[in-house]
Amino acid sequence: MNNFFQTTIIVGLFASTIRIATPFLFASIGELVTERSGVLNLGIEGILQIGALVGFLITFRTGSHWLGVFGAGFSGIVLGIFMGWMVTTLKLNQTVSGLALNLLAGGIAFYWFRVVFADVGAENLPNLRIFQTARFPILSDIPYIGTIFFRQQWLTYLAFLSVPVVSYFLYRTRVGLQLRCTGENPRAVDMKGLSVAKHQYGALAFGGFMAGVGGSFLTLASSGMFIPEIQAGRGWIAIALVIFGNWIPWRILVVALFFGLIEAVQLTLQALNANVPHQLLLALPYLLTIIALCTAAGRSRSPLHLGLPYKRE
Amino acid sequence: MTGLPDHARPILQPILQVENLTKRFPSVLALDNVSMDVKRGEIHCLLGENGAGKSTLSETIYGTYLPDSGKIFFRGAPVEIMSPKDAIAAGISIVHQHFVLVPPLTVLENVILGTQKSGLYMDLKYARERLNELSRNYGVALNLDARVWHLSVGEQQWVEIFKALYIGVDLLILDEPTAVLTPQQSERLFSVIKQMRDEGLAIIFITHKLKEVKAVSDRVTVLRKGKKIATVNTKDVSKQELANMMVGRDVVFTIERQDMPPGEVVFEANNLRALNFHGEEGLRGVSFDVREKEVLGLAGVSGNGQKLLFDVIVGQEKPTEGSLKLAGRDITNTTTSKRMKLGLSSIPEDRIKEGLVMDFMVEENLILGFQRREPFAKGKTLVNQKAIRKFSKKSIEDFDIATPSSKQISKKLSGGNLQKLILAREFSQETKFLIAGQPTRGLDVGSTEYVRRRILEQKRKGAGVLLISEDLDEILNLSDRIAVIFKGELMDIIDVNEADIEQLGLLMAGIQKGEEV
Ligand SMILES: Nc1ncnc2c1ncn2[C@@H]1O[C@H](COP(=O)(O)OP(=O)(O)O)[C@@H](O)[C@H]1O
Ligand SMILES: [Mg+2]
Repeated sequence: MNNFFQTTIIVGLFASTIRIATPFLFASIGELVTERSGVLNLGIEGILQIGALVGFLITFRTGSHWLGVFGAGFSGIVLGIFMGWMVTTLKLNQTVSGLALNLLAGGIAFYWFRVVFADVGAENLPNLRIFQTARFPILSDIPYIGTIFFRQQWLTYLAFLSVPVVSYFLYRTRVGLQLRCTGENPRAVDMKGLSVAKHQYGALAFGGFMAGVGGSFLTLASSGMFIPEIQAGRGWIAIALVIFGNWIPWRILVVALFFGLIEAVQLTLQALNANVPHQLLLALPYLLTIIALCTAAGRSRSPLHLGLPYKRE
Repeated sequence: MTGLPDHARPILQPILQVENLTKRFPSVLALDNVSMDVKRGEIHCLLGENGAGKSTLSETIYGTYLPDSGKIFFRGAPVEIMSPKDAIAAGISIVHQHFVLVPPLTVLENVILGTQKSGLYMDLKYARERLNELSRNYGVALNLDARVWHLSVGEQQWVEIFKALYIGVDLLILDEPTAVLTPQQSERLFSVIKQMRDEGLAIIFITHKLKEVKAVSDRVTVLRKGKKIATVNTKDVSKQELANMMVGRDVVFTIERQDMPPGEVVFEANNLRALNFHGEEGLRGVSFDVREKEVLGLAGVSGNGQKLLFDVIVGQEKPTEGSLKLAGRDITNTTTSKRMKLGLSSIPEDRIKEGLVMDFMVEENLILGFQRREPFAKGKTLVNQKAIRKFSKKSIEDFDIATPSSKQISKKLSGGNLQKLILAREFSQETKFLIAGQPTRGLDVGSTEYVRRRILEQKRKGAGVLLISEDLDEILNLSDRIAVIFKGELMDIIDVNEADIEQLGLLMAGIQKGEEV
């Protein structure tokens, strides 16, 4: 009996690790591409929130989850391009622009939500049925393995699929090479007659799309409802994961899973009523992130031109 | 490789004509109504001092800058070159004065960047074939899969040249390509570009060295302060005439170094080892000493550890092994400001980033590092404005710094005046040991002469000097002894009277005397 409990808990732990890692993976892989083009988008946190809201609203109105996901992705693209306008066209400071984007997105989300649901109180917030999890014949029924790997959300599979796809794009394709060069030395790109701005706009749009979709995961595949600040710092963690993952897609996958695992352990311990102060448990993932970042700091190498505006003259 | 004799080469119409090109930067008129033309099968030198406008002209032809007025004709037809894209499409390539490489990527990736216009994949197979063909044709071997930051500066220069040639061009512009090469490497480059010329390319070769003009070019256009002075056939002019055109007055070529008996050892480096920016060992057991009234020249191609040595000596980097002695005291573990107090003066290689605060006023820069000392300090926290004012006035006069006032923001000053400002500051204390990193790089002839004279004056006054320079002529003119650095090691230290340029060049390439080349 005891044994059965333990196994269930461990299987549950691994299944939630993968689920929890999903929004981080979306946001981090998107941010990775953005940063590889030399732009530091600190606005990810805000885009996650807008994505969560837009996804929720569209699905709430239309009943279509996938429409919600695409709407969220689209809103991310819009915000990414707005960021591009600030940092590549106006050449504003990237840190300031990113923080401004966060403030703006936070404000918009809060206001929009209030306008749409003006008449409901906090106790009866609207909610919706979340995405059905995937089912595969045979595979989903394998004991343990099936529960961990083959009963996840479709969006989760998409997030994991984005890792090899982005890796392939960056290292094997023509545009991927151009993008990497933009982040390392934009002058080299410019002097070959290519447009630095186009690459950065494209990367920001992709990063925005991924963060938007990641945000929609929170409302459409996880909680089923929207509350302001639902992203709860995930955007910042995603940026840390990019650093911790040393700007390499596969490494980011590993660290996102690692982070998901810690978070899952934390939740499980809470659920089990373990004799640990819950404040400490809540802080655990963040503490570990800080430690990880400190240890990674010396060894990782960022794109050489990350965060700097490019001017020809 | 000598090429065809002049009369055997076909005389063709100019492939490039530039008419009345004018380009103004916010602070200077960099090009003032410049016209010139270049023919196929010709090496056309663009000669001028630093700041004459050579790079501006070539970058305008390439589309990096847009001219304010003027026309460009290519293959006889007017062309509008709005960006590098247009220049590339027309068949113009450039090797920029400063490398435009992506150091973490491979040679192959650097070369093919931007060369393929469509398609998802990179055609690596074609790229390898094309590069091997270029390698064979010009007898230059390159490891295509090496990361650029592992290459020597000379090899990086070849990557730049292959990048320019890869797409197949009619006009190749080389902007001071020999600045980072040893004399032998330069010779090699000359023979390759002569071969390119004989294959029908038009080549613009930019330099400020007269020797090189005579060695490679068919014609030469001289620029001075943004104006074209003349275009002449190279064989019709002497070096002296070229020098006068370039500078606009009679030039004294060498500064007289005075032999004087050196005094006590003032600085010692023992078996220095240190890690560079990449965490690799950039100094591998460097030992030397410098005496009073002596200039020790440190020759070498840039990137062989000079910068790291400088940083270790002034106390910005810690050695992993070895020791330093200044005026008899061990300074291995002391701070920069302690070293300064013991009589260390330094002229950093990158004067803008490391020598000055560009947004500070001239007078603030003049006392930088001395603000805690008499007479500039007032108590523990305040500065003595009056003393600073007085000192600045005197420095500006003594060192002939061209500035409207001591309150001028430093970034408005020209390169030569910035360097004078640093000299004024560093020499305001009694200097026992001076370390000078590339002190005349990028300066015009007048300022160069001035800086050199001031350095020799310190030697006369009794200081020991370590002069780090890539300019072999400078090393030979100023030093009493010459050390050559290669990959973080001193190859040899020789007396200037026994040194010749040939031998120094070999040492700079890491080849010992008597060794097979
Ligand atoms: N991007 C720029 N912005 C402002 N001034 C410049 C710029 N590039 C060059 N200059 C100025 O134009 C003049 C000519 O410079 P340059 O063409 O680099 O000379 P050269 O290549 O002959 O040494 C110099 O006074 C230089 O300071
Ligand atoms: Mg130049």
